[in-house]
Amino acid sequence: MMNSDRLTKSILFLSSLLLLIVTAGIVVSLTGGAVPAFREFGLKFIVTGKWDPTAGREVYGALPFIAGTLMTSFLALLICVPLAFSTSLFISEYFRDTKMARVLGSLVDLLAGIPSIVYGLWGFYALRPVIIRLGLSDQGFGIFTSSLILAIMIIPYATSLSTEIITMVKPELKEAAYSLGATKLEVIRNVIIPNARSGIIASYILALGRALGETMAVTMLIGNSNVIPRGIFSTGNTMASIIANQFGEASGLKLSALIAIALILFLITGLVNGIGKLIIRKVA
Amino acid sequence: MKKLLFLLIPFLLLASCGGNSGKKGSSASEKISLTAAGATFPMPFYNLAFKKYSDDHGIVMTYGGIGSGGGIRSLTDKVVDFGATDAFLSEKEDSAMQAEVVHIPTCMGAVVIAYKLPGVDSLRLTPALLEGIFLGNITRWNDQKLTSVNPGVKLPDSKITVVYRSDGSGTTYIFSDYMSKISSAWKEKIGTGKSLNWPTGIGAKGNPGVAGTISQSEGSIGYIGSEYAFAQKINYASLQNSSGKFVKPDIQSVSNAAKGEIPQDTKTMVTNSPDPDAYPISGFTWIILYREQSYNNRSAKQAQEMVKFLEWLTGTEGQAIAASVNYAPLPSEVSTMARGVLNTITYNGKPVAGLAGKN
Repeated sequence: MMNSDRLTKSILFLSSLLLLIVTAGIVVSLTGGAVPAFREFGLKFIVTGKWDPTAGREVYGALPFIAGTLMTSFLALLICVPLAFSTSLFISEYFRDTKMARVLGSLVDLLAGIPSIVYGLWGFYALRPVIIRLGLSDQGFGIFTSSLILAIMIIPYATSLSTEIITMVKPELKEAAYSLGATKLEVIRNVIIPNARSGIIASYILALGRALGETMAVTMLIGNSNVIPRGIFSTGNTMASIIANQFGEASGLKLSALIAIALILFLITGLVNGIGKLIIRKVA
Repeated sequence: MKKLLFLLIPFLLLASCGGNSGKKGSSASEKISLTAAGATFPMPFYNLAFKKYSDDHGIVMTYGGIGSGGGIRSLTDKVVDFGATDAFLSEKEDSAMQAEVVHIPTCMGAVVIAYKLPGVDSLRLTPALLEGIFLGNITRWNDQKLTSVNPGVKLPDSKITVVYRSDGSGTTYIFSDYMSKISSAWKEKIGTGKSLNWPTGIGAKGNPGVAGTISQSEGSIGYIGSEYAFAQKINYASLQNSSGKFVKPDIQSVSNAAKGEIPQDTKTMVTNSPDPDAYPISGFTWIILYREQSYNNRSAKQAQEMVKFLEWLTGTEGQAIAASVNYAPLPSEVSTMARGVLNTITYNGKPVAGLAGKN
């Protein structure tokens, strides 16, 4: 028995080591690939907005894509949070353990299983005409349309986990509040939210991380113009989308610029997760 | 214990795979396989031709449509037998290769200007109009410059939306090569390349993306590879060529573009052809390979089979397949040139084509 214990331990150790090696490998190869771009443009690469791949006058700046990614992701989160929060309250509190809640819960989980190309196509054929009819933009492409799709795509991530967390709030606490005459809303505000806060925030950060990296659906709806978006209804592009679009034909300095963008995306995702953890520790 | 063994299985598999791949190089297999990768533009043609040849000759063949840039990279890294590209190698790319690379033209394609305007099924465009629209200077369909070239066509009072390729693409390369030839403003502001810094419009991925966006957006105009446009129900414009004639793109008018003077190595862009019946935005697509085939332990048989295949591809049978999927076949002079280049392929310094007949 002792022996198998040791074996388990070493296997667990090896698999975590493997994960570590893979992550380190990603960082090393991204950094290595990004060196020519940073050597050519320096830190200006991050703060300039011109992207001209024409041979002879190549200039690359990542700012339009950084701005596009952050705008779409945070706007998506903004749209997603009220929907996800009310859905998780509905499932875990108001209609807890009813058939309705179970059906709704599995429907929300089902959303997570839809391929992003399907979201993209739906956005392209169904959502875009609505945006045009509302007069929000000429052809319906842009930051806002992408954010709407992203919001729908990340709802399951935000909802599933926060539903679990809310369900885990101790029933004794809630019952105590009710017996003191608290209304349902007061219980939610004064008992559930304070107790589940860190978990709920964690679920939104998970959702945000998903939005940052989403590629296919965004590419189909954002308009792919490599400029800093002038507003939420203008077209733009994101980091993941420019990489997916241009990697195939890229070589030389352009290839390096794309890898540098991948590195920045990696760092931003890491930063978002880090900040998220910090918030969780603060509020818990 | 059983669970532990189960956990170990993936590791054991990984280890055994590593062992096998090490041996692969030494085991001489009797079955020849050819691997190629590159341009997506000729992919429907290559897929069909590769399959047909593979079925008839018992050779395993694979083509990966990873883009011209990827094709060039793969050949540089020597991970494919030959690459495919829509733009011939630049001097810089050529010098990055470890050995001399030759170009074999395989078929011709064109870039059509597609548009979506309800009730308008014929549209004529001049070089000046193309420049104005794609640089964002002509912004409305009923602009006087457009209506004067299209008498009798009811052009609506609506905004023009330009749609372009968001991914790097040979289609964009041919289009921008033509634009640079006809417009100095374009050459100065935008230039020639597989992806560009667009002053106006919306980007969509791939020919299907651009075609889909155009057909879903009234008032839009964009450029699409002819092989894709011909297979779709989509309206495209007649263009005024260098002789002043308005020409619709079709297999014949695209082939006509190669009637001018072509250098022996076929490394040329035939856009804005001087031929009076040529469609102006036409071009070749090439297969690229090393002139000396004895590298990386390649067998002489491998080189022979490859040259045989490329002779077939540029010959009558291969070209008929090209035409069946809406590419323009090579004019016979160019087909002869392709054979001429193939005759210069060597294995250990001896011409491969000479050996090929023997088995």
